[in-house]
Amino acid sequence: MAITSAPAASRVTGRPAPPPAGSPRTGPGRKVRDNLTGHAFLIGAVLCFAVFSWYPMVRGVVMSFQRTRRGETTWVGWDNYLRILDDPSFWTAWQNTFYFTALALVLGYAVPFFVAILLNEFRHARGYLRILVYLPVMLPPASALFLFKFYAYDPSDAGLFNAILKALGLPTSQWMQSPEMTMPAMVIASTWMNMGSAVLIYLAALQNIPGELYEAAELDGAGIWRRIVHVTIPQTRLILALLAMLQIVATMQLFIEPLILANGAGAEDSATSVAYLIYQHGFFQNDLNGAAALGVIMLVVLAGFSAVYLRLTAKQD
Amino acid sequence: MSVPQYRKAAALALVAGLGISLTACSTKSGDPQNDASGKVTITVDCQPVGAQKELLANWNEDVAEFQRQNTDIVIKSVSVGEQCNNPPDFTARLAGGTVTDVFYGYMTDLAQVLDSGQAMDIGEYANAETIPTWDSVDPALKEVFTDGGKLYAVPVKNYSMGLVYNKVLFQQAGLDVNNPPKTWPEVREAAKKISALGNGIAGYAEYSAGNTGGWHFTALLYSQGGQVLTEDGSKAAFNSPQGRQVLQNLKDMRYGDDSMGDRQLLQWGDLLTNAGAGKVGMFVGAPDTTQAIVSQFQGKFEDWAMGPLPGQDGAAKGTLGGGEGYFFKKGLTPEQVKAGLKWIAYQKLTPGKGQFDYARAKPQNYPVGLPQPLLFTNGSDAQKQELELRKTNANVDTTNFAVFEANPVPIKGEPRNAQAIYAVLDAVMSGVLTNPNANLDALLKTAEDKVNQLLAAQS
Repeated sequence: MAITSAPAASRVTGRPAPPPAGSPRTGPGRKVRDNLTGHAFLIGAVLCFAVFSWYPMVRGVVMSFQRTRRGETTWVGWDNYLRILDDPSFWTAWQNTFYFTALALVLGYAVPFFVAILLNEFRHARGYLRILVYLPVMLPPASALFLFKFYAYDPSDAGLFNAILKALGLPTSQWMQSPEMTMPAMVIASTWMNMGSAVLIYLAALQNIPGELYEAAELDGAGIWRRIVHVTIPQTRLILALLAMLQIVATMQLFIEPLILANGAGAEDSATSVAYLIYQHGFFQNDLNGAAALGVIMLVVLAGFSAVYLRLTAKQD
Repeated sequence: MSVPQYRKAAALALVAGLGISLTACSTKSGDPQNDASGKVTITVDCQPVGAQKELLANWNEDVAEFQRQNTDIVIKSVSVGEQCNNPPDFTARLAGGTVTDVFYGYMTDLAQVLDSGQAMDIGEYANAETIPTWDSVDPALKEVFTDGGKLYAVPVKNYSMGLVYNKVLFQQAGLDVNNPPKTWPEVREAAKKISALGNGIAGYAEYSAGNTGGWHFTALLYSQGGQVLTEDGSKAAFNSPQGRQVLQNLKDMRYGDDSMGDRQLLQWGDLLTNAGAGKVGMFVGAPDTTQAIVSQFQGKFEDWAMGPLPGQDGAAKGTLGGGEGYFFKKGLTPEQVKAGLKWIAYQKLTPGKGQFDYARAKPQNYPVGLPQPLLFTNGSDAQKQELELRKTNANVDTTNFAVFEANPVPIKGEPRNAQAIYAVLDAVMSGVLTNPNANLDALLKTAEDKVNQLLAAQS
């Protein structure tokens, strides 16, 4: 194996002397060789993304313009998109998905923030409380949802929530069997399952706020609510904005909640989400091309939302 | 070696390792299926899973015996889960081209299998030479797996639906266990009495989710004499007086009598779990649902009996039929196709062997004596042999199915685009079973519009 030595150091500057002109050790090839280890380790990540993320995405886009019948694949232009737009469940699914996203923003976004503020106020047992809040995240989502389905949302009076409502003298609910309650019930379960991570992120952000700001606010006579509005929220603005975007992107991909809690479409299609409709087309209706078209539409909507978000936040910054 | 050289070596090893891993992941499409010794190898799916100990032992025993008798054939068994055709898995295998050489499918899967381009025409190979009982197999079942004059699968099971009922609950409710309800009004009366037992028992239970709601709506509609689609299959035909009657019956039981239990949005496993726990008086199902109740949901055979599907004012005008078969993957050699057919003939279509080895099944927790699979033509030699073996080795009380067998109902198949239509009809079933104020006409009209749109888009 040939051993290459480093160029001799310049006696004046102590830096390596430049190699002679035309040497094969110059140019991009040299850079690549110098960083061979780094590039080699990069290959793994790039291959993983290429094989498991980028290729399926490109393949999905290609499939959305094709149709496979009798083993033969043909180009059909926008036909799959037009067909999907004609699907009777298309608009219902979008309506349900936006409704879930909006509810999740109100409940699933605000609750973890206020839980974090509350935890931040505790002087004792903070660690235990953090574990308690984080525990549901460690539960596999399917298990957590089955708990809700069979234990909490049982429509009889034996169900946990109905038993509580009854004990309080309030009317009970049919939960997942009621088209009106389907989405709120899914948001409650989803928030319980996922808020642990958001709470921890908020807590970290809250603990970075200098204590002097609160002291100054207190000296100025600010109560707890004004301290939250004028100190806490502005100081955690970036984290709040980032989590808002992640929350919207995640909730728009609503799938496992309808699949488990509502056994799919739910009462009168009240749980059909866009992601579930993709699953229906792809795996139950022998329509992988239609599913691909719907997937691309969803991708475009989410990408559009992300672009608008990035533009707005860039202006703010 | 210097440190940088170690790094280079490590990097090269990493790249080589990744390359090897990826190569190892690729499909070996060019594998020869006839090895040097001249043996023909075929892969077959639907091997029972480990939890089904006796069924798995039976399968493995069948493979060993078959290979002993056919020393030139090697069977490689593949298990694809307890439910051999779970639609999402099945679709993924078809789309990914990972189906086995001989693969299991439902009768309703033919269109999907053909669209995937994975199946081959086996018409020239399926005959009495490869399958000795071939001429006794019901021609109507062969027709189900035929398209454009080409045969794509061998039928291995056929069933029709009836009214499955829990004898213990019937007795407790003061009902005659030997005289199940024959009409829907009688079902309603019986359900009222059974649910009056309390303890969360549903007198009659029904599906309304995961496409099973639409599947059963179809069965109930057939019992009324209705049709899901028009004769030419171009339009929905369920928005009819028969379709409305189906919904009215369910609404009356669910909200008029409160005899269908609190929990709705049930699909296959949910209903059978409740049935296995003794919480369901009656439901619509095929004879082998009793097997599922026992083997998967901890029920008891002796608790269950079956009558024909009820009609509205008398006998049902029709019932839903279904079944399963084995397809052959495109590209197999003629030797492989013949080997696959021989295997199916041995394991699925020979009285006294495989699924018809009733003497072996008798001491096992596996029912012998159920009125299925209805594979052979009435009066054929194979049918006579199978019935005789079934009678001799029955380990379930065959009188529990006597009323069902004695009152055959005309069998109708599933509609074209069945799964897509069932998905739409789920909303009709969930609507009537979860909304006390459901407008039946509106439910049917909405579903009709949706199905018509769907059919137009797919035409």
